[in-house]
Amino acid sequence: MLELKNISYVVEEENRQKEILKDVSLTIEDGFVAITGPNGGGKSTLAKVIAGIYTPTSGQILLDGEDITSLSITERAKRGISFAFQQPVRFKGLTVNDLITLAAGKPISIGEACAYLSEVGLCARDYINREINASLSGGEMKRIEIAMILARGTKLSVFDEPEAGIDLWSFNNLIKVFEKMNETINGSIVIISHQERILNIADKIIVIANGKVDKIGTRDEILPEMMDSSGICRVLADKA
Amino acid sequence: MDQTQKKLLESIADLHEMPEGAYNIRANGALESRNTTANIDIVTKTDKPGIDIFIKPGTVNESVHIPVIISESGLTDLVYNDFHIGEGADVTIVAGCGIHNCGTQTSQHDGIHSFFMGKNSKLRYVEKHYGEAEVEDGQKIGENIMNPTTIIVMDEGSYMEMETTQIRGIDSTKRITNATLAEGASLVIKEKLMTHGEQYASTEFTVDLNGEGCSTNVISRSVARDKSKQIFVSRINGNAPCAGHTECDAIIMDDASVSAIPEVTANHIDASLIHEAAIGKIAGEQLIKLMTFGLTEQEAEEQIVNGFLK
Repeated sequence: MLELKNISYVVEEENRQKEILKDVSLTIEDGFVAITGPNGGGKSTLAKVIAGIYTPTSGQILLDGEDITSLSITERAKRGISFAFQQPVRFKGLTVNDLITLAAGKPISIGEACAYLSEVGLCARDYINREINASLSGGEMKRIEIAMILARGTKLSVFDEPEAGIDLWSFNNLIKVFEKMNETINGSIVIISHQERILNIADKIIVIANGKVDKIGTRDEILPEMMDSSGICRVLADKA
Repeated sequence: MDQTQKKLLESIADLHEMPEGAYNIRANGALESRNTTANIDIVTKTDKPGIDIFIKPGTVNESVHIPVIISESGLTDLVYNDFHIGEGADVTIVAGCGIHNCGTQTSQHDGIHSFFMGKNSKLRYVEKHYGEAEVEDGQKIGENIMNPTTIIVMDEGSYMEMETTQIRGIDSTKRITNATLAEGASLVIKEKLMTHGEQYASTEFTVDLNGEGCSTNVISRSVARDKSKQIFVSRINGNAPCAGHTECDAIIMDDASVSAIPEVTANHIDASLIHEAAIGKIAGEQLIKLMTFGLTEQEAEEQIVNGFLK
């Protein structure tokens, strides 16, 4: 279980202080949690604060009761936090197999690495020895990014807009991946998303707007409200 | 051969025992052992130090190993090796030099390798340079120097792939490669280089594309750490309808310095030449990505560097 207590994140921009996250408190239990809300509302920042990439200006983060606020990215990863980037990183020279093996954190067979690729709808044979370089398309990179999180198999996986940059055909497969993860889940999955179909499979939905928690509730509580609220609905429609 | 020499041989040629096929092993400036085959002859030069390697026309699937190892401190070794690749042959040549400097003096190996590629011949040439030195109070006491020169003359329709690697322990190196290509010939050069400490490495490739339809691709990947310095010059002259591409990709770390100087000259209207050069530190997001897998920053850096030079 992950608890955020009074998290604020302030950056200096053009000599003035800008508060990206304002006193955010929330609890993420086991299960499938979707974080949504308008662009620029602080969702990605929140995900990076959870992964340790940003250190909050104030507040406290607890993972299964342990205060991890001051822990590095590495230490948080070792304690079971995974983070899928919105824009996956390319590496000259490192192959898909290299990265999946690093993600797994132990030597794995080619067969095991291939299984993770197949899960995300990539023909493993074509990809396993490819370099993670500019020759891979954005959609391929996103799927490999998700395969790496599957290989990590940690108790908390955070995905920052996994659907961004993925074409419609791939998106259907992506939904299946998350549906399957949801069935076999052992821990928490947090997905930042604008996609109604992803929100539809969430146990819990958190709406972040203007750096604050706007709403928290079950899918049945939040979704109808969002669909009625023209503001957020328009954002969702734009994104879809 | 003693344990030190065996270890050097393993580092530069992946050899655990005597290789199969033709070989010539040179240790501390003298011939250690040699083997020739029905198609490959190795002859000691009479006018200067070195050997001539003759590969008969049509020889296929054979290999030649010519490692050089130096384990005496203060030895200066100069050697001329000429490779005559017969028409239509298809072979692999593995060269390399390993220095174990056990003393305080400078050890140096200057190898001048000339390749004469016959018509339609094919060659894969692999060259590794490696050095190690005794350390006293955390300071290296002897210097290792290697100055390899490679001359490549390619006849019509020949193909050569040269992989040259220098990863550790060479304090100073000046690497010169000059190639001339006739009609339809093709040359691929892949250089991998890592310097550390206060090392200095200079690489200079010059390729003259003289024949119609000939091509070259010169690719260098390097990592400069600590206070080391690298200079990379890649010069391609297109003197006929031809295609040339050169690419230098370097990772700079610590207080190192890297210069990349691509120079492409077209002397013919149908010469198509491209150069690319990029130097930069390891991207912060690459480190962060690997840290989210539980690697420390240092482990992440090692993985990125090793992958880059793989």
